[in-house]
Amino acid sequence: MSAEPLELALYARDAGVAVGQAVAVCFPRSGEEVAAAVGVARRHGRPFVARGSGTGLAGGATPLDDPVVIVTTQMNRVLEVDADARVAWVEPGVLNLDLSRAVGHLGLHYAPDPSSQQACTIGGNVGTNAGGPHCLADGVTSAHVLAVDVVLADGTLTRLGGLVPDAPGYDLRGCFVGSEGTMGIATRIAVRLMPDPPSVATMLCAFDSVEAAAATVSGIIAAGVLPAALEMMDARITRAVEDFVGAGYPRDAEAVLLAEVDGLEHGVAEHVDAISSVARANGATLVRVAADDSERALLWKGRKSAFGAIARIAPDYYLHDAVVPRTKLVAVLRRVYEIAEQHDLIVMNVFHAGDGNLHPLLVFDRREPGVWDRVYSAGTEILDACLEAGGVLTGEHGVGMEKRDLMPRMFTVDDLDAQARLRDAFDPDGAANPQKVLPRGSRCGEMQRVPEGAWI
Amino acid sequence: MTGPANRAIAPIGAGTHWAVGGPPPAGATEVRAPAGVIAYEPADMTITVGAATTFDEVDGILAEHGQECALDPRSRAATIGGILACGLSGVRRLRHGPVRDHVLEVRFETGDGRMVKGGGPTVKNVTGYDLPRLFVGSLGTIGVLHQATLRCRPRFAGARWFTASDASGAYRPSARLWDGDRETVLFEGVPADIEVQGRGLQPAAAAPALPEGEHRGRISVAPGRVVACARALAADVRWCAELGIGTIHVAADSAPALLSARTAAHAHGGWMLREAGGPTDDDGYGIPLPNAPVMRRIKEAFDPAGNLNPGRLPLGTS
Repeated sequence: MSAEPLELALYARDAGVAVGQAVAVCFPRSGEEVAAAVGVARRHGRPFVARGSGTGLAGGATPLDDPVVIVTTQMNRVLEVDADARVAWVEPGVLNLDLSRAVGHLGLHYAPDPSSQQACTIGGNVGTNAGGPHCLADGVTSAHVLAVDVVLADGTLTRLGGLVPDAPGYDLRGCFVGSEGTMGIATRIAVRLMPDPPSVATMLCAFDSVEAAAATVSGIIAAGVLPAALEMMDARITRAVEDFVGAGYPRDAEAVLLAEVDGLEHGVAEHVDAISSVARANGATLVRVAADDSERALLWKGRKSAFGAIARIAPDYYLHDAVVPRTKLVAVLRRVYEIAEQHDLIVMNVFHAGDGNLHPLLVFDRREPGVWDRVYSAGTEILDACLEAGGVLTGEHGVGMEKRDLMPRMFTVDDLDAQARLRDAFDPDGAANPQKVLPRGSRCGEMQRVPEGAWI
Repeated sequence: MTGPANRAIAPIGAGTHWAVGGPPPAGATEVRAPAGVIAYEPADMTITVGAATTFDEVDGILAEHGQECALDPRSRAATIGGILACGLSGVRRLRHGPVRDHVLEVRFETGDGRMVKGGGPTVKNVTGYDLPRLFVGSLGTIGVLHQATLRCRPRFAGARWFTASDASGAYRPSARLWDGDRETVLFEGVPADIEVQGRGLQPAAAAPALPEGEHRGRISVAPGRVVACARALAADVRWCAELGIGTIHVAADSAPALLSARTAAHAHGGWMLREAGGPTDDDGYGIPLPNAPVMRRIKEAFDPAGNLNPGRLPLGTS
């Protein structure tokens, strides 16, 4: 455990914008050491905050209320791989991509693949219930986590879920995944591994309007095809990526779609044909199927380098994460461009189109006076537009601090109270990652209830 | 925490899973949810329905648009509310995932009368705590479900059952059922791929029937122990095992025979949930409830007076 000022400063924030302050930082190497660290924190009346690589964008690992920060990066072993059962037990600090690399020789992979997969940890993925481009067909983290060994807020080490299906009683595993460290700390995680598909096809489709690309997304689904991934990039991001890595994207396209289908040979071929027809029917200016693995890798490199490419446009960006029903994509995208224009900001869109998960990027230069207020206002208006379209506040980054105070826009007083009760059932004293996810006043006792119809 | 019997509330759907977890006491007030489709947008691959809508109705509407939601209850008369409350997954779980992975949003009324929404209507969402997963399998003990939004997917172009000696190497079969002699495997996909996958295998007319009987249950063991556990079952227990999952459906003509299946499950590191019949004074899983303190606090948080399904699992007998 360390309380050196430099260490404390290093762990005062994650990849989000908020900065906090820890009283101590520790680097346990086992579940028992995590439990001991929680015990020390509690004996000194301190809360605790779990942290992996700190790649979270929502401020979920920001230390608030002078906590002990428990960093899991030393717990980075793949403990056990059962190729027959397709299960791996890993420590929370294992990097997402390292897990797939560790099981690749067995013809297996771990499906959720966030853009930060080279840096983010499985423990952090469990915390946020992380997604990624390849979650369209087989679901986000929660669908791939079978069991979690956790240290609860009272210091007890226990197992939630298990390799035996359907653990008796309430699905505590399901509650824990995505709870952003507010229900305890994961110390060992059992994940489901997927067999590598025998056949994969990656396609690039270009369009001269965002509307045509979005209509293609809906058309693909309507044609009965559920691709493994379906990603969209607008004109600005496409050109930035092309300048950055030369992925072979057409510079004159207003929108490009990256579609991947996988599975058995004939199904892949049929689905490639179906996607091509839908794209052409919607006026695609280019439909190209990657000829080999290196071309496939290059197409994906472009998509995954999107955030790096933005540095060429402006020094700072603010990345949002919201989901709208697929059928509302076009209308919401139009609103996103309008809102950015009204605030005199540049917005770029690169997102998981297949599941309606938008990632508007507001690019700016923080040295410009007053720009941050404009970025913040535009971001909030974008989220409101998504909610109005029947969407949700976050699809894969989590609520953390960033969206905590926006929760009442999506949930009623009673909804938030129910969530607070669930959190309290795991952690009655509120010692695990305080002040995250739920805004102050979520518990009904904390606030004055206003009668319906009253003016305030 | 059990309230007086005259205040007991028992949410009820079609009653097809009524014995699961032990019925509530006689005299409980039965409450029924609204039925019917509230919203279905095929291009969004989501459907929102009243909890009393039957699986048969939902499946029929989805089929008109070439989609499905693979909940696969034993009885098509089962309601969506009942399926979610029991959380019993169907035999295509191997490919399609368990019931809990199909639920996007729930709206339920808690024991203290609050209408609560959890989750969200989109196919992807991590906003707030996962109340949908908490609800699935909660057996009506934390709330009365009013409506749910389910995730759908395009129906596969083809689906065929085959018998095989060992399909463990096949690419993503949808189900692998085993009766002790042979394995019956379901392939879903485009017909040309199914033909390749089925080469050298014997086509089967239909899905093998799950065992029937007055006394029924489902064993859960780790997938690696399912063969050994099934082989250890007594001769008077009929069974069908889901390979790759770890579920063994069991049925017997007497309560003691069903209880012998539970003993076999214990010996292989698992448990058995009673689904029908069996001794009425024994409704637990047969093992101590794991993490009971947290579960008890959850129950108290959502149903402070203990009015919802008193006596029913998971806390009914603990």
